[in-house]
Amino acid sequence: MIKVTYTDSTGKARTVEAQVGATVMETALRNAIPGIDAECGGACACATCHVYVAPEWIDVVGKASPMEEDMLDFAFEVRPTSRLSCQIKVTEALDGLQVTTPAKQG
Amino acid sequence: MSEIIKTDVVIIGAGPVGLFAVFELGLLDIKAHLIDILPKAGGQCAELYPEKPIYDIPGFPIVTGQGLVDNLMKQIEPFGPVFHFNEMVGALENVGTPEHPSFKIETDGGKIFECKAVFVAAGGGSFQPKKPPMVSGIEAYEGKSVFYAVRRMEHFRGRRVLIVGGGDSALDWVLNLAPIAKRVTLMHRRDAFRAAPHSVKQMHEMVAAGQMDFVLGQPCGIKGADGQLTSVAARRDDQSEFEIPCDDMLAFFGLTIKLGPIANWGLNLHENLVPVDTTKFETNVPGIFAIGDINTYPGKLKLILSGFHEGTLAAQRAHHYVYPDKKLTFQYTTSSTSLQKKLGVA
Repeated sequence: MIKVTYTDSTGKARTVEAQVGATVMETALRNAIPGIDAECGGACACATCHVYVAPEWIDVVGKASPMEEDMLDFAFEVRPTSRLSCQIKVTEALDGLQVTTPAKQG
Repeated sequence: MSEIIKTDVVIIGAGPVGLFAVFELGLLDIKAHLIDILPKAGGQCAELYPEKPIYDIPGFPIVTGQGLVDNLMKQIEPFGPVFHFNEMVGALENVGTPEHPSFKIETDGGKIFECKAVFVAAGGGSFQPKKPPMVSGIEAYEGKSVFYAVRRMEHFRGRRVLIVGGGDSALDWVLNLAPIAKRVTLMHRRDAFRAAPHSVKQMHEMVAAGQMDFVLGQPCGIKGADGQLTSVAARRDDQSEFEIPCDDMLAFFGLTIKLGPIANWGLNLHENLVPVDTTKFETNVPGIFAIGDINTYPGKLKLILSGFHEGTLAAQRAHHYVYPDKKLTFQYTTSSTSLQKKLGVA
């Protein structure tokens, strides 16, 4: 079983089981993880599912696409490790993934 | 006090559903004015996904958000709808009786309307600018030295203006304000822009010519007193911080949807949606209808095509309020000469 850990801006961590094929955003919503709003429902159109990927996971997860980079302009406190979680699909390789949610979504 | 604008129906929200309601009302000889907080028609279709294809509009295997809006605008042209853009409805009250309602509507821009029925076609609510969350107390600066839109260019004359963002709004105002401001600084989180390439090119040329500055960073704090900025603190990708002295900040972080003043109009609300009955899409207040994404009822689907149907039935019922003494006869546009005359084709 694949596990993803979401840590909020205060440092509280929640580890949940994720299904292959679901996005990191969907996994968060299904498990009622706070700090991910996902206003647009996963269309890469709102930047309210912003997460920081743990540095050691960045190479596995990959970089944002140009469209995702454009949407990240609408997020706050964007960092080099920023991604929109609706654009990260869960795969076997992501077992143990760690992401942090920002203090505020859009 | 401005002059009162009198009309049959005021439609709040000029998205696809509000636009098509003009058509269905027009066929019944009902005139409409539309109010929208955005500067143009189309609502989310035009604002959020103008280039994204939509596949579930009957009769259009594929159409873009903007394409649909353009076609709707053409379709309702014969009915001469009047648009009031950049206006948000603040107050809405029934100054008539429940049997013969008459509504008074006031916008934040000071426009006053009087009408016999109201169509709330406001989608998820009103689009409002996202505020940089980095500072508590930014509200004290808003409208004085922190802005999310330009309402009066003259304000910026001779001032040091920091513009934050990387889209067309940011770049357009960089180019428009550079000639009149004392100094314009553009700040964006990366050296890539969503704005039109020629605007970006022009901006780079001005930077090269020493006429303005461009810095990489994101705002993280402000300094000033009594609503007047003195500087904005910013953070680079490596988390180092620096300060930009300025008199004004214009921040363009896009828009977010908030329910807004709808909550104050005496309508029943269920999880930020307005319950309606499905025979006429009227709310708990007689004469106020809710159509499109803003309403809720058993089986509701937030689809544009559902909104078209809802507006059509609401128009039938609105006829009762606008022409209480006239009987409404159902007609088809294919066969009715009188409808075709209204459409300007007979």
